[in-house]
Amino acid sequence: MKIIKLAVVALSATVLCAGDFKPAVVFDMGGKFDKSFNEGVYSGIEKFKKETGIGYKSFEVTNATQREQAIRKMAKRGGNPVLGIGFAQGPAIDKVAGEFPKTSFAIIDMVVSKPNVQSIIFKEHEGSFLVGMLAVMASKTAKVGFIGGMDIPLIRRFACGYEQGAKYTNSKIEIIQNMTGSTPSAWSDPSRGGELAKGQFDRGVDVIFAAAGGTGIGVYQAAKDAGKLAIGVDSNQNYLHPGTMLTSMVKRVDVAAYDLLKSVQTGTFEAGIRSLGLAEDGVAWALDEHNKALITDAMKKAVDQAKADIISGKIKVHDYMSDNTCKY
Amino acid sequence: MSQAKKPLPLWADIILIPIINILMALTVAGIIIYLIGENPFEAMKIMIYGAFGYDEAIGYTLYYATNFIFTGLAVAIAFHAALFNIGGEGQAYIGGLGVAILLLALDQYLPFWVLLPLAILASMIFGALWAAIPAYLQAYRGSHIVITTIMFNFIAANLMVYLLVNVFIVPGSMIPESRTFADNAWLPFMHEMFGWVGINISSSPLNLSFAIAIIVSILIWIFIWHTRWGYAIRAVGFSESAAHYAGISNKKIIMMTMLISGALAGMTGINEIMGVQHKLLLDFVAGYGFTGIAVALMGRNHPVGIILASILFGALYQGGAELTFDMPNISREMVTAIQGLIILFSGALAYMSRPWLEKLFGLFGSINKKIEVG
Repeated sequence: MKIIKLAVVALSATVLCAGDFKPAVVFDMGGKFDKSFNEGVYSGIEKFKKETGIGYKSFEVTNATQREQAIRKMAKRGGNPVLGIGFAQGPAIDKVAGEFPKTSFAIIDMVVSKPNVQSIIFKEHEGSFLVGMLAVMASKTAKVGFIGGMDIPLIRRFACGYEQGAKYTNSKIEIIQNMTGSTPSAWSDPSRGGELAKGQFDRGVDVIFAAAGGTGIGVYQAAKDAGKLAIGVDSNQNYLHPGTMLTSMVKRVDVAAYDLLKSVQTGTFEAGIRSLGLAEDGVAWALDEHNKALITDAMKKAVDQAKADIISGKIKVHDYMSDNTCKY
Repeated sequence: MSQAKKPLPLWADIILIPIINILMALTVAGIIIYLIGENPFEAMKIMIYGAFGYDEAIGYTLYYATNFIFTGLAVAIAFHAALFNIGGEGQAYIGGLGVAILLLALDQYLPFWVLLPLAILASMIFGALWAAIPAYLQAYRGSHIVITTIMFNFIAANLMVYLLVNVFIVPGSMIPESRTFADNAWLPFMHEMFGWVGINISSSPLNLSFAIAIIVSILIWIFIWHTRWGYAIRAVGFSESAAHYAGISNKKIIMMTMLISGALAGMTGINEIMGVQHKLLLDFVAGYGFTGIAVALMGRNHPVGIILASILFGALYQGGAELTFDMPNISREMVTAIQGLIILFSGALAYMSRPWLEKLFGLFGSINKKIEVG
């Protein structure tokens, strides 16, 4: 026991010598308890904190000017690495990273080209493609729906991947799409989500994919009430309504954040782009005890095949944000 | 006893009562901070130091204050005509759009000193136009201005998302933002201007628009209290029918007041778009339009009061951010709650302490008299 303890002490001592390791996280306007994207990061770094006992500093911004202010303040106070959450922090990270060349920075959902910045992005279109296939295979009416949160290119990327997956399975499928709104409140408006879902059900849709943060909660509830199916997003939300949650399009921001801290701690941090798709398990569709009754073997087989084909490059999923159109 | 009902001296009305209100709000906030397990005095110290303790902090405080001066004046001038303009948020948003369109179109061709007046004009015209429709509906159709202006906030938000996602976005970019303006379209930052005369201060978003805001405040003071139009606005505000009887066209006054109000709110775009962000982006207004209502209430619709209230709210924004930095237990929601308490005590409950004070002053008054008589 004693030897192990000594070893741990020695190890942490070398780690401390390896550089000042003071993780700092700047959450975006959604806040760290948004039940979705920011919260994914939060759970990742909390896990890291629990395992290593190393605390971190964090800040939640409330307006556009605070992004740069908070990131600079973190760097000034010796934060290393400084992690920015969300594409909106891109310009701020870009600027501050230039001022603090010795500090490691990272950003999720955005590419910043600086020698001390790691850009972590996800291929959401690949994961959405797979859940689009599942939606069509589970649909009895040959009509599937999509409900997005705020109408921004990132969410259109989800929609475009979903559409491609659906059309790949059945080229005659009808897809009804709605965006919840155009302000950030579209991320947290479950009642509007519920109304949109009911509207889509009335038009014959029987599976809906909601990429809408907290708004999705209303969509899932509406699906449960109507006895139809819904697909969750970002975290595994299958447990919310077992039996009517077909699956979830999981974006492993928690793993990305955890890995990042680990890499800085162990001195293996690398600047550049980390693009996490199906091949890297950065995005995935969730299969667990809550939804296994809904997924038939044929469905699973088809999706696994498509996943392998996407990884090998046989299926090319068009990325909406590469040209801001959904033509494929 | 009639002396107890004597009106308060002016200094008590405009200085003492606001200070008492803020102290009451801080006391309640302190109790809440104590309940969540932090030391309220320590928190207060961090907030004050974070807002005024060093030059960068003062810069941020005054940068926020600049926005509040514009939106506060916008609400105040409408109040003088008994109009409640809740649309400052949308008017500021659209004012910023005006600035951005102008600068994106002309930043390659014109020097700064030509761009600046044009940009100010653009912010005012766009803000005024956004207020014009609710104003018209109020003046000529009787639709209530509170309802229409708040609806126009939503329309503005939707319009801006559409424009940013479909029109202004840099092709291939993730972020719904326009391109950054060329350097000659940037307002000089305060730290740059101090640098020109050889004084070094830390960088902050504070820029020339603070000076513009002060000048505008003076102009608005002259306008409201020293011009015929200002008189007409106040007359309509006191009594619509009396103003009408005196030959003032209420409809024209409503239109004029709301256009000025919208123009003032629109000028927020000068600070945010031309001064700080240097590009058009989503949600740069971030609630400053709504905070302007509280600022106007607290500043008693007077430019001097509005400047002071703006600095107070700037300090709350900046000091509050510092507080969440240094006290992890205090979330940003907690800071919003403290701001809310101050709005509650100095807005909604502004006159709570007045009867007691009046009694107190009445008492002192009668004692003085007795001494004189004695």
